[in-house]
Amino acid sequence: MSELYTEVQRLKESYPDWHSAMLPALRLAQEKHGYLSPDALRECADALGTTPAICEAVASFYDMLHLRPIGRHMVEVCTNVSCALVGAQQVLERFEQELGISAGETTPDGEVTLRPIECLGGCGWATIVSVDHHYRTHVQPEDVPEIVQELRSGD
Amino acid sequence: MATELVLADARDRDLTKLAEYEEVAGYTALAKARGMEPQAVIDEVVASELRGRGGAFFPAGRKWAFIPKPDQNPNPHYLVVNADESEPGSFKDNEIMATVPHRFIEGCLITAHAVEARQVFVYIRGEYTGPYEVLVAALEELKGRDDLLSGVTIVLHRGAGAYICGEETALLESLEGKRGQPRTKPPFPAVEGLYRSPTVVNNVETMATVPQIIRVGAAEYAKLGVPDSRGTRVVSISGHVQRPGNYEIENGTSVRSLIYDLGGGITGDRALKAVIPGGSSTVILRYDEIDVGYDFNSLLALKTAMGSAGVVVLDDRCCMVQLGIRISEFYEHESCGKCTPCREGTRWMTQILRRLEAGDAEQHELDLLLDVCDRINGKCLCPLGETAAIAVASYVDKFRGEFQQHVDEGACPFGDSSPLHNVLAPVAMHTHSPVATVPA
Repeated sequence: MSELYTEVQRLKESYPDWHSAMLPALRLAQEKHGYLSPDALRECADALGTTPAICEAVASFYDMLHLRPIGRHMVEVCTNVSCALVGAQQVLERFEQELGISAGETTPDGEVTLRPIECLGGCGWATIVSVDHHYRTHVQPEDVPEIVQELRSGD
Repeated sequence: MATELVLADARDRDLTKLAEYEEVAGYTALAKARGMEPQAVIDEVVASELRGRGGAFFPAGRKWAFIPKPDQNPNPHYLVVNADESEPGSFKDNEIMATVPHRFIEGCLITAHAVEARQVFVYIRGEYTGPYEVLVAALEELKGRDDLLSGVTIVLHRGAGAYICGEETALLESLEGKRGQPRTKPPFPAVEGLYRSPTVVNNVETMATVPQIIRVGAAEYAKLGVPDSRGTRVVSISGHVQRPGNYEIENGTSVRSLIYDLGGGITGDRALKAVIPGGSSTVILRYDEIDVGYDFNSLLALKTAMGSAGVVVLDDRCCMVQLGIRISEFYEHESCGKCTPCREGTRWMTQILRRLEAGDAEQHELDLLLDVCDRINGKCLCPLGETAAIAVASYVDKFRGEFQQHVDEGACPFGDSSPLHNVLAPVAMHTHSPVATVPA
């Protein structure tokens, strides 16, 4: 039995009904496979005791679950109103420039995916940039090169 | 104004630590509540006039009272906490969970006692890694403290990126492992909620307020605030202010004071143009409408609301058509797709607004925009599309001249001098069928 299978069994025990383990199981499968590839969906479905089609139907609803390959790092720039008011678009454009890609794309080496995202709930600390799902606050365009450098050098 | 209940003591102490929280009488309200009959706790919260802090402002105690008694419905009761804060402009629950996690958990345990639930599910927004980790650590500290937990289990359930899951029935669908699409109501969650069992769904701030109500007593709590809006409120202030951030205020504080006293005034000494008072879903206030109390009745008189308390301040450089585009794009992206008026209407709104901004719109399209808004209003299962329509219609209503100018001049009078110019929204990256455009 795979590691994912064992972890999903434990998740199922947290809930009165195993269906509730769907989102956490998909999250785990994605962490393991990089994205929700057909193999990842199959493994997730087997662990839950359902079909890959059901897993895919659920996953396709949610922004954080990816049915297509993404970079090893994820950079998400909030461009909703509060961040936009203090220059989020300029931050996003600076990332495009530094990474050499357009928003929505992944660098050719498969390292970084860049995308705009809806309100991250940090409006008072704008601009919010979520780097691998951890928030950077008060990000200015001039902070971008350092963040990119950090992603390219570290792991 | 400096009345802190929810965020009390968090400035001076690290209340993420159980020991620190217990030093400021943490978990004593829980002990007091457990010494009371569940109905007595409900009565106390009813008497406090606490209303839900998630956005709908529904009386919390009354919601709890809807839960059938165990002899009326044998199914287990559940408490589900809505920690899926995603309303543009609101970031209060983020800070509450990150700074006073134990007060929040104490509120959950008191509420579980009141509604006789043994299981609590906290549906926390998937993007909130920081607050999630704080809550994990707080729950870890509570392990082995059965004097506090008393057999109640608290499960943190992480969302996966969907604004609609903040709507309580969509949240329950999502928690049941499905796509987060709202259910028809009735039945309401109190009768048929999670796994078709009686369920109370409450917001994070509501939970974090409960211990203080039990501690000081309903009568004392209800002395704060104004009629129909008792107590305090954590307000998120953002946009063009000097000191953006979360501030706990007594309900009824003026909007002017929020902007100029707490927020420190407009950045760069510019003029105020407009304020979104309660998150993106609420009717906008013009610069000359800010001498109003931040409370339910005062804002209702201006046809707006506190919503989820996200105050977004816009200076005089901002173009209201551009604001409309960005807001409409948000709702278009977040529409779950279940109801046609919302799914299609929000997209039409965006397209008409884009034509206005580009200077391509003809006179009748301004009316078409309001017509599309009308055709969404009240015609969907949940308020998502409706709030988009109400918000955008309010921009037209309050800044009609500016919208008219876009038509008359065939161009945006603000252009790229407005900070909302050409902002890339996630929805703009979706591939749409090129044939489906608004007919001229």
